[in-house]
Amino acid sequence: MTLLQVDHMTHFFSGLRAVHDFNLAIEPGEIRGLIGPNGAGKTTIFNLITGIYTPTEGKVFLNDENLLGLYPHKIASKGIGRTFQDLRLWRHMTVLEHVKMARYSQLTYGLWGAFLGTARRRREEAESENRAMELLSLLGVDHLADQLVVNLPYGAQRRVEMARALAIEPKILFLDEPTVGMTPEELVQIMAIIRKIHQKFGLAIFLIEHRLKFVMDLCEQIQCLVFGEVIAEGSPDDIQNNPQVIEAYLGKDAIEA
Amino acid sequence: MAQTKTTSSPPPRGVKNAVGRLFASVPLLGFLFGFLACVLVEMAVGDRLANLLGLSKIPVLFGIVTIFKAIAGLVNTIFKGAAFDPGTLFHIPMALVYFGIVYLAPVVIVARLTSRLTNNLADALQQTSILFSALVHLALLYAIFHFWGGMNDYRLIVLKLTLVAVLLTLSLNIINGYMGEFSCSHPGFMAIGAYMSSLFTVGFFIDDKVLGAAKFSFSLAYLSFPLALVFGGLMASFGALLIAIPSFKTRGDYLAIISLAFLFIIKSFFENVQALGGARGISGQPDWATLPVIFTVVVIGIWAINNFVNSTMGKALNAVRDEESAAEAMTINTRKTKMAAFMFAAFWAGMAGGLLAHVLRYINPAMFGIQKLAEVLAMVYFGGLNSVVGSIVGAVSISLLSEALRPLEILKWIVIPLLLILVMIYRPTGLIAFREFNIRRILQPRRPDGKEV
Repeated sequence: MTLLQVDHMTHFFSGLRAVHDFNLAIEPGEIRGLIGPNGAGKTTIFNLITGIYTPTEGKVFLNDENLLGLYPHKIASKGIGRTFQDLRLWRHMTVLEHVKMARYSQLTYGLWGAFLGTARRRREEAESENRAMELLSLLGVDHLADQLVVNLPYGAQRRVEMARALAIEPKILFLDEPTVGMTPEELVQIMAIIRKIHQKFGLAIFLIEHRLKFVMDLCEQIQCLVFGEVIAEGSPDDIQNNPQVIEAYLGKDAIEA
Repeated sequence: MAQTKTTSSPPPRGVKNAVGRLFASVPLLGFLFGFLACVLVEMAVGDRLANLLGLSKIPVLFGIVTIFKAIAGLVNTIFKGAAFDPGTLFHIPMALVYFGIVYLAPVVIVARLTSRLTNNLADALQQTSILFSALVHLALLYAIFHFWGGMNDYRLIVLKLTLVAVLLTLSLNIINGYMGEFSCSHPGFMAIGAYMSSLFTVGFFIDDKVLGAAKFSFSLAYLSFPLALVFGGLMASFGALLIAIPSFKTRGDYLAIISLAFLFIIKSFFENVQALGGARGISGQPDWATLPVIFTVVVIGIWAINNFVNSTMGKALNAVRDEESAAEAMTINTRKTKMAAFMFAAFWAGMAGGLLAHVLRYINPAMFGIQKLAEVLAMVYFGGLNSVVGSIVGAVSISLLSEALRPLEILKWIVIPLLLILVMIYRPTGLIAFREFNIRRILQPRRPDGKEV
């Protein structure tokens, strides 16, 4: 059964066509890549699926359940975790608090539990803390649990953001350019981490990336987006040798030369 | 005591270090004993000592008022040519001596000498439940307030108003600090609470020319006071929906303006509804806001608010403040969070308003205007954003300052804003911002070397 399905999705920003007739079907456990030059509409597609924008046309299903028109937090709690290209961390919160916070939808003690500090709240908060620590140690940042995120180096911040996205217990994880601004060593580490969490949780992963080599190594299927339209789709080898993709990335001269 | 300064090496320099080291091994319990000793000393010998020192009566607020009265006399002589009595200048050193004998000395001596005993006690209390330990500390604190406030009516009312200010400041900190919105509507919530609880008490139990004759009369009517307060709080909570719903789509300056508009609407509503006394307001509230009642309500308020802001549900406010889109993506229901914050804060502001109405036993719409807003904002920003301790410190220091500086008359409104400006320059988020209030850590015993256990 298809995990995430997008049918004929089109979106306009007041007259400007950002995405045109986008189709997608991701199976459970698959790693899918989405590449394309700057401004092609890759992040817009993430925002459309996760409910930040509502598509002008088209349909989105997760496990055959319609996601259109739901609030972003509802969509997220149905099992779509995501990271942001520009690291949207909460600057006054510690690492542990970040990961605990993402387990918000799993808490059942409610507002009265919060006001009155009931036994149920203590139990759930403790359980949440244990789960959060497990995730932090999986990503190798458990020793930083009590640090404020703003004090961490960039690579550690990336890991915290990924741990946070995993804490919502997603079925599919959206990674928006996870390697942006990373050194080659950090790149190797993040690749290993993505492989590790993919294996451990059996997650499907939907990946936006700029670095072709990274996508080619990780993904089974890749789509190439240019000006909001998919111009090529296939295995890494197909994409690499597709003349249209090369043209989009390197310009027309590269093929003729 | 001098020995503690020199025994260990290297000796830290400066008065602050010396004082810090002197009290390093004293737990909170020790200080409470010390303050209790002060109050008992003052009750026993305060009058005689004041006479002896040539002061006409016991200095009301630690002698600060006495000192500023003398200074104000001097200022008036210089600028207005008023008659000057040089004898009042003599009051300044005498007030300091009084403060030293009655307050400073007992605290230092008792807190220091009993530190072994109080540490053992605190240790024993820690073995029992945290609730019991907290209750013991609170009982001691209440005893101090009770004796201190019992000596003088003016003191009592300052104490009551300060406690109400603590609750009000803390409730505003939920919105302005924890959620990071600039809300100007707080006096409006307070007004709703004050009016609605007065409507309940005066309307039901008191013969009043605005609200009519008493509907009920029985001797235990004061037991309904918590009900009146909660009613006022809930009404304020409903009023808060008017701000909470726009906050789903609007943030920052625009929401601040909406909340300011709300304040004006509430104020002119109460000014124009003649059934609620119009601009003259409601008076004759029963004298039910006694010190134990206020103390209990404020303690419960601090406890509930502290519970809330330390839970994941409450920390969601910080997530919404720091990065709302990420909060949404991490399954946080931002609408519910904003609504909860506004309604919860308004509830406690309404409770504070109800208490205020029954402390002053008189309310009118003019009390809940821009002036009140400035006052409570000053307390929040002076004390520190996003911090329960900060709010307590801010409310207490601004309340006491504005009482203590009262003799300076108009100059008071230059001194307090000036202080505020200095705090904003050197500590832009307030004195004690972004710090958690950990009851267990506050109450725990201290080892002689000053390390926490």
